[in-house]
Amino acid sequence: MTLSVRLRHDFAGFALDVAFEAPPGVTVLFGPSGSGKSTVLNAVAGLLRPDHGRIVVAGEVLSDTARGVFLPPHHRRLGVIFQDGRLFPHLSVRQNLRYGRWFAPRTARPAREAVVVEMLGIGALLDRRPATLSGGERQRVAIGRALMAGPGLILADEPLSALDDDRKAEILPYLERLRDELQVPMLYVSHAMPEVARIATTVALLDRGRLIRLGPAAEVLSDPAFAGRGREAGALILATVTAHHPDGVTELSAGGLPLFLPTLPAAPGDRLRLRIAAADVMLAQGVPQGLSALNLLPGTVDGVHPQGDAVLVRLATPAGAVLSRITRRSAAQLGVRPGAALTAIVKSLSHAPQDVGTPLH
Amino acid sequence: MPAWLSPEEWTALRLSLRVALWATILSLPLALLVAQALARWRFPGKGLLNGLVHLPLVLPPVVTGYVLLLSFGRRGWIGQFLDQWFGIVLAFRWTGAVLAAAVMAFPLMVRAIRLSIEAVDPRLEQAAGSLGASAPWVWATVTLPLILPGVIAGAVLAFAKAMGEFGATITFVSNIPGQTQTLPSAIYSFLQVPGGEASAARLAIISVGVAMTALILSEWLARKAARRVAGQ
Repeated sequence: MTLSVRLRHDFAGFALDVAFEAPPGVTVLFGPSGSGKSTVLNAVAGLLRPDHGRIVVAGEVLSDTARGVFLPPHHRRLGVIFQDGRLFPHLSVRQNLRYGRWFAPRTARPAREAVVVEMLGIGALLDRRPATLSGGERQRVAIGRALMAGPGLILADEPLSALDDDRKAEILPYLERLRDELQVPMLYVSHAMPEVARIATTVALLDRGRLIRLGPAAEVLSDPAFAGRGREAGALILATVTAHHPDGVTELSAGGLPLFLPTLPAAPGDRLRLRIAAADVMLAQGVPQGLSALNLLPGTVDGVHPQGDAVLVRLATPAGAVLSRITRRSAAQLGVRPGAALTAIVKSLSHAPQDVGTPLH
Repeated sequence: MPAWLSPEEWTALRLSLRVALWATILSLPLALLVAQALARWRFPGKGLLNGLVHLPLVLPPVVTGYVLLLSFGRRGWIGQFLDQWFGIVLAFRWTGAVLAAAVMAFPLMVRAIRLSIEAVDPRLEQAAGSLGASAPWVWATVTLPLILPGVIAGAVLAFAKAMGEFGATITFVSNIPGQTQTLPSAIYSFLQVPGGEASAARLAIISVGVAMTALILSEWLARKAARRVAGQ
């Protein structure tokens, strides 16, 4: 177990009460603002002293109110990536990167500078001052600085929320490489669903200070009861690239079913995450013929959740669970109920670029 | 010695420079500590400390000098202690002039340093802590470099103020040529004797020059400090 958190803390008009154990990988604390996710992160970082609780990272007790243990932030060996970067303005990029190493204990094995610099693509920036960097560059350096301190756990407090969509798309692949190549455990606060779909191994859903759901990303995201509204709702599918076709289509395979997408920058054999928004999925009885849509996923309904005038339907398919948002009228006409056999139809072109994860070789 | 200064004038100028330099150097560490405390710490009696530090700024200098005489004079309680245990005598010595100048310049130095500490984003210090730096290291590697131009600006201003200190100095250490006769005391003396106007004028011009240079330099350094904290 990478991280174990048990917390109870009273604020004026708000009480936080959560307990969870996070497996290795990236654990995303997800929820609306005011749900307490940043508070949990601050408690792990040592910036907040909880009323009650116990926090253990990789076997080390950071805080235990029952035994009066409270490690100050600088003894916790955590790498924090802040929303606003917080690079030291008087130091060069190289000095910023090396800052944490001055204070790392001898036993720590910090990431090698060359590896970090190469991975984050910041070699050309090393002699520059933070003020001369773009927002995306600054955040890449901030990630590198946290890594170089040799932390046992990385804490990321909405590291992308201050960036525009293009910059987000620039940074996300680096965070994925952190997870997949360096395998650094991470606690990640976010309120953006596409980001969660890309980065999360485990999702912890928070609402008004309570933990309402904890589980593997694909499972939590495809749960119609917790899926968000609008384009927020969408299921996660893990697929393997099988072939590139000359007519501009990449073929993937998920659970034995073929999927077709516009050409992806990935090699056959690469695995990647695919988020399919519920609004982009149609449902049909039987297997329809003569459609322009290339992706047909037959399955069984195993979840129905009304959302205003619409209905969120979860369809279990061999490729994984798929969510579809349809009107109440369509649901009635199709006879949507648990156990019904239907086919999910997904247009190849309907996915947004940020919904495709970085390929993993 | 420049040809256009008489030996007495030159002595007074040299003494003033020495007094101001020592006053600045000796009060700097304490000013850093007090400024840090006033800017960042919370403790009982903070308002009192703030008032105490700023008192010499608003009190008649002669009162400050009198208080110094009462406490640091040979029969003052601190003065007695220093004399008996360390053999240090301040009253009517140039070292006493250093103390008087330091006390008078202290508020200016603290103010300048405090302002630049307050301009440092505490979240940067938090980030340094998250990277493993303990509080003293955070101060030395993040806070101090960011406020350095502000510290220098405060020191320059304090130096100029110390150069010009008159009221407290003459009350505490009197006006002994070669001993405690600083630039302002010398100007005052020259004005008391017939034919001293030319000497007084020369020293006055030097005073204006020193003060002006210090003000411009300290203003320039303060702007530089602001830019540095903003990360440019």
